[in-house]
Amino acid sequence: MNTRAAGPSAGMSIPQVPAPPSGPVPWDKALSLSMLADMLRIRRMEEKCAELYGQQKIRGFLHLYIGEEAVATGALHALQAQDNVVATYREHGHALLRGVRMDAIMAEMYGKQEGCSRGRGGSMHLFDRGRRFYGGNAIVGGGLPLAAGLALADRMLPRQALTACFFGEGAMAEGAFHEAVNLAALWQLPVLFFCENNLYAMGTALARSESQTDLCVKAESYGMTTVRVDGMDVVAVYEAVQRAAQQVRTMGRPVFMELQTYRFRAHSMFDPDLYRDKAEVEAWKTRGPIHTFTARLKAQGSLTEEEFLALDAAAQAEVDAAVAFAEAGSWEPVEDLLRDVHTPEGAV
Amino acid sequence: MGRRITYREALREALREALQGDPRVFLMGEDVGRYGGTYAVSKGLLDEFGPKRIRDTPLSELGFVGAGIGAALGGMRPVVEVMTVNFSLLALDPIVNTAAMLRHMSGGQFSVPVVIRMATGAGRQVAAQHSNSFESWYAHVPGLRVLAPATVEDARGMLALALADPDPVLIFEHAQLYNLEGELPDDTAPALDICSARVRRAGTDVSLITHGGSLPKVLQAAQELAGLGISAEVIDLRVLRPLDDATLMASVRKCRRAVVVDESWRSGSLAAEVMARIMEQAFFDLDAPPARVCSEEVPIPYARHMEEAALPQVPKIVAAARALFGSTP
Repeated sequence: MNTRAAGPSAGMSIPQVPAPPSGPVPWDKALSLSMLADMLRIRRMEEKCAELYGQQKIRGFLHLYIGEEAVATGALHALQAQDNVVATYREHGHALLRGVRMDAIMAEMYGKQEGCSRGRGGSMHLFDRGRRFYGGNAIVGGGLPLAAGLALADRMLPRQALTACFFGEGAMAEGAFHEAVNLAALWQLPVLFFCENNLYAMGTALARSESQTDLCVKAESYGMTTVRVDGMDVVAVYEAVQRAAQQVRTMGRPVFMELQTYRFRAHSMFDPDLYRDKAEVEAWKTRGPIHTFTARLKAQGSLTEEEFLALDAAAQAEVDAAVAFAEAGSWEPVEDLLRDVHTPEGAV
Repeated sequence: MGRRITYREALREALREALQGDPRVFLMGEDVGRYGGTYAVSKGLLDEFGPKRIRDTPLSELGFVGAGIGAALGGMRPVVEVMTVNFSLLALDPIVNTAAMLRHMSGGQFSVPVVIRMATGAGRQVAAQHSNSFESWYAHVPGLRVLAPATVEDARGMLALALADPDPVLIFEHAQLYNLEGELPDDTAPALDICSARVRRAGTDVSLITHGGSLPKVLQAAQELAGLGISAEVIDLRVLRPLDDATLMASVRKCRRAVVVDESWRSGSLAAEVMARIMEQAFFDLDAPPARVCSEEVPIPYARHMEEAALPQVPKIVAAARALFGSTP
């Protein structure tokens, strides 16, 4: 089927989009506002990134998380400081909510030495040792064996922590997924696997790449507990991740979560987005994690428009400050080119 | 006084010492435990250290090498055994894209103190998919240190140094060497390092440069050349990345002729890199173009006579060295 030649609509069926997240938010106001604030921080930061990419301030690959914010927000709020986090190349939001400063993230995207990876990594390789944030891996599935190993180290040392491993549904077609979850389940390692299922592996729809499109069925075959969650609903994500994390901590076994989500932007800034129908994107936008959550809070009297605007203004101010920080940053001298290939003597 | 020991026993002693000395050290790989190690290197260690530290893995090189890298990142000191270098191709991604690059792409935040050991090389009629010498591929990658112990002394001593290195270290053990017996020097022996090449036989007329399983052949060739009136100096590279240019060039400048012996395929081989460096750094000291003896460009055949024909052998090394002297001697 050559859909490109026939135009995007031909041969593509628009999947049934579930109803938008709704219902009461069972949280106190502080938690609710903190979640909303963090989703807005990711959204405003990335909207700015897209703009800066157009101005050629940010170069290379840039993969935006816009639309998927409820996943990282709900998940990272449910983790603890001692936990390890392994993420993908679509990790700006995860880094930010893990506590990496927005200005260090922005400086990294500029390639400045004030960046969180000193300008050597860029958008796809954000790292923060102090936050136990292990990147920023641009090999699909590459983070999964690493996560199993981090959890193995915690088990052996021993150290009380879990390892949160984020990956897209495209990674489930990689051998690395099967090898890593087999090891984690076989050795009963404390890993929380987060499959962010946004339905497209770059441009390849799930049904075009997986013989079994029920991802939980695949994961279950390794003897793991699996949980499927509406990844557009920050309430559902947070509640489910809290339970799953508790299970990993107390049972000392891996748990697999499928977070069903959708990216509103193209795969990367190079992607003309020809493989999906615009109507599908618009349909998913009705499930947008920020406006649906905002509406629910307002409906139950937990949020006023003034409060929303204040949170949004604060996010925008943080973005402005981050851009100013990145603009004022400096270029690493070329004489340092060969730095950080090996650990300098006496550094460890 | 030293003592006689096999290469295999030397490796096992080194593992035992590492496991005894540091609770963060553990061994993982296919059949390292209950089976006793494919080449029997880890035989007995399971009984001594238990299944948590002598860890049998599933047959999933990408998974367990990646997990070893993760465990190193998480504070352990794993020794990962891969059954052969051919199987390590299934783990190229975590070794190259993660272990070698993580320090750099994180701006120097993370070190990956993993040690990955594997058997390499041909000569046992195990055919095309178990007989390659891909160590030169790994020696291509910045961020890795690549070792090739060719003596019992290095087999005994290199592991501790590799474990002390904060960055990833790959150790290539030529399968033909496991039964090699040798003298293990006592404590008065000069301290080892994992940054230098060694002169294994001093000479004045031609430098024979090699590593790993080819060293015994090259020493034999040097012996035969001596009978022909040619004094060959034998250099054991030991460390394939980073290469010890100083020791190499000192020998080449002295001897003014060089033959590189390397069991990998000729095109793009480690020998090619060594020869390029000789041309760059010692061109005007040479009396003849450098030569090399590598494997023929064919998958390693099963039949014994064909396998022998494909690999560097003593007569080929002798002939290559003699050719550098023209018709005389």
